[in-house]
Amino acid sequence: MELALKIGVAIILVMMIWRLYPAAREQMRNGPKGTGKEWQSVALVLLAVAAFVVFLIFSVRG
Amino acid sequence: MNQSISAPRSQEQILSSNKVLKNTYLLLSATLFFSAVMAAVSIFLQVSPMFYLGSVIGAMVLGMFVLPRTANSASGIGVIFLITGLLGFGLGAILQMYLALPKGPQIVGTALAGTGIIFLGLSGYALTTRKNFNFMGGFLFAGMIALAVAIIANLFLAMPALSMAISAAMILVMSGFILWDTSRIARGEETNYIMATYGIYLSIFNIFISLLNLLGIMSED
Repeated sequence: MELALKIGVAIILVMMIWRLYPAAREQMRNGPKGTGKEWQSVALVLLAVAAFVVFLIFSVRG
Repeated sequence: MNQSISAPRSQEQILSSNKVLKNTYLLLSATLFFSAVMAAVSIFLQVSPMFYLGSVIGAMVLGMFVLPRTANSASGIGVIFLITGLLGFGLGAILQMYLALPKGPQIVGTALAGTGIIFLGLSGYALTTRKNFNFMGGFLFAGMIALAVAIIANLFLAMPALSMAISAAMILVMSGFILWDTSRIARGEETNYIMATYGIYLSIFNIFISLLNLLGIMSED
């Protein structure tokens, strides 16, 4: 039963990839490109999220 | 060309995007509440953890094939409640497992609070700065495909290290999607509040599940 469910999830994920791939390819080829400054600001935000997750891990470990 | 620079929007466009934003947050609140109720029902009924996989399959099928066709009609609201209810019911089965751990209630509470803070912080950042995050599209879609491949592999390999790496990457990619989705709504590029709610709901759900996984593994000595 568990294996059947895992295979079901795998099939659904393959279908998701199949649907996402054209959009991803279009975005990569013709989508807007960010400047170095824009990527830097996003990287800082994501770094803050990562630091917050590390803080949560330490708070649970006590 | 700097993609952040765009033509000034008319009063009508601003009002329209504010309406989509308001409807999105209203529907998001309602669907999150409904998911929480369904999760509580699932915990009360002590549903098998395997039900989680079944609910993910059902929700993904509805999200990929039914919701895009109904999102422009009133039936789309029913479909999104069905999807979020299913995911909430499946989540309850997973929460039971975590609550049984020695630090279970602390892990679940921390994951819930952490998800809320991450979502509010990122949405607040996107809404106050009004920056255009469209340039992240390619990175986010490619990241999602890479994560889906890794998840398929780990369904059968069941490697804890890979599971942790997937969870960590998932939190970052979903955080990016919250910025991307919120900025698209605020800038009037997403006009369907049902699809907008679905995107943000999935980001919140995935961040919560990934945080639960990370905290569950890392809390053990």
